[in-house]
Amino acid sequence: MRARATLTTRRGFDYAGRPISKVHVLRSHAALVLRPTQPKDAEPLVRRASQAARVSLVSGAAGPLGGDDFELNICVGEGSTLLFNEISATLLLPGPRGGRSHMRINITVEDDASFVWMAEPLIAAHGCDHIHDVNINLAPSARMLMRDQLLLGRHNEQPGNLLQNLRIRRGGETLFRQQLRLGPRALGWRSPAVIGAYKCVGTVLVVDPRWCEEPPATRLFAPDAALLALEGPAVMISVLAAETLTLGKRMGQGINLLGDPWSPAAARRDAPEGGGATPLQSQDPKLIPVI
Amino acid sequence: MSHYAALLLLADGRLPAGGYAHSGGLEPTVRTQGLVHAADLESFLVGRAATTGLVAASFAAAACRATYTGQQVLLYELDRQLDARMPSKATRTVSRALGRQLSRTVATIRPSPLLDDLRQDSHQPIIYGMAAAAFGLSVREAAQIVLHESVAGPAAAAVKVLSIDPFAVHAALARLSEMLDALANEAAEHADTPPDDLPGLGTPLLDIAAEQHRSWGVRLFAS
Repeated sequence: MRARATLTTRRGFDYAGRPISKVHVLRSHAALVLRPTQPKDAEPLVRRASQAARVSLVSGAAGPLGGDDFELNICVGEGSTLLFNEISATLLLPGPRGGRSHMRINITVEDDASFVWMAEPLIAAHGCDHIHDVNINLAPSARMLMRDQLLLGRHNEQPGNLLQNLRIRRGGETLFRQQLRLGPRALGWRSPAVIGAYKCVGTVLVVDPRWCEEPPATRLFAPDAALLALEGPAVMISVLAAETLTLGKRMGQGINLLGDPWSPAAARRDAPEGGGATPLQSQDPKLIPVI
Repeated sequence: MSHYAALLLLADGRLPAGGYAHSGGLEPTVRTQGLVHAADLESFLVGRAATTGLVAASFAAAACRATYTGQQVLLYELDRQLDARMPSKATRTVSRALGRQLSRTVATIRPSPLLDDLRQDSHQPIIYGMAAAAFGLSVREAAQIVLHESVAGPAAAAVKVLSIDPFAVHAALARLSEMLDALANEAAEHADTPPDDLPGLGTPLLDIAAEQHRSWGVRLFAS
């Protein structure tokens, strides 16, 4: 199966002339189904603000299966904010006739735009053979956060092969590049130098131009979790865990270490001011309890 | 003409370039991942060679080619691209410190016009590539030296941090020799790859271990 889906957002204005982000193009292509959504979980940076555009990726078919070729192109237009998430985890499976599956996600974030991507786990089921490419191009003043989770097999399952290619460019220059080659065909992947016996690998990448002057300091916040200061205005939160519950908790802890405006926890403490992104409740008089 | 003697000279652990002070992440990993046996060490070495080893060797091959062809801008870009492949600041710092020591050694023992573009603070694989060119070695040989270094350093450290039989350590190295040759071939094929497309295999555990190690008060090795 071959699918090409496109999503773009733009800055617009609401009825009162306040700036909001609007979905400009929403072109689904089965099995990549895009749906505008409402806030679901805690949201880093965006913090459930009504001004942001929210789109979820829904799986319209099982897989990707071996032989599938999917491409998703996202453009976050100048000055707009997009929160992108997924409805469910993605289960990578072998195809009926074998073969490799390929997913390419290309993201452009223009000047003064913000992109928050809360991906659900990518599960490498037994026998899968998948290449997962993520290419992000940031304008110099763009901000982003992506949360990424890899699961090596379901319960009691030996995983298939998974190659993840992550690439972030900022102002045309490579800021971050990492490949993870995991599964039975990958040399040394179970090594204590790579991921050892861990089943879950989590990565959060955050780029904030404000960190050009003072990037956050490296922090070790668990024996197998660290907030690493990259070369440039960016950090990587790297977490290894035995199961998804701990993985999710640790990644959340890591995001909270970033403080304002990234941490959803800081938003709850600071509400309703919350650094520009005002929570919905404070805007709507109907929601303020009458005493 | 082959330059076997120069190849051995650059790959020799006795080259005064500071490599002996580093365990390549083995010292912290022994504690955090509970390594005990020679088999644990071998697994560590395989993972290291296939990831950071392959990345460093590919960059050394590309830097060797760039030195021969006099592409100074490319050498600078390769150095920057290595930064993008090292999420741990501790790892970046060590790689530059080793590069500085190696550049001082090479510039002294082998003055060459090919080293005119040498920047003292470059990452170690870039300097290895330039040094290989200064000795007339091929891109394949540059990659081989770096891959040898990627396992020989931690293996030498293993005798101190794991207290295992030195023969067992070298038996592990001997078993890796075919894999190292294959990886060096793969790395050499990247001599003309655009910097952005060079390998960037990640090592989540080594990244965390490098930062943990840096926070230790007492340690045997510098990395």
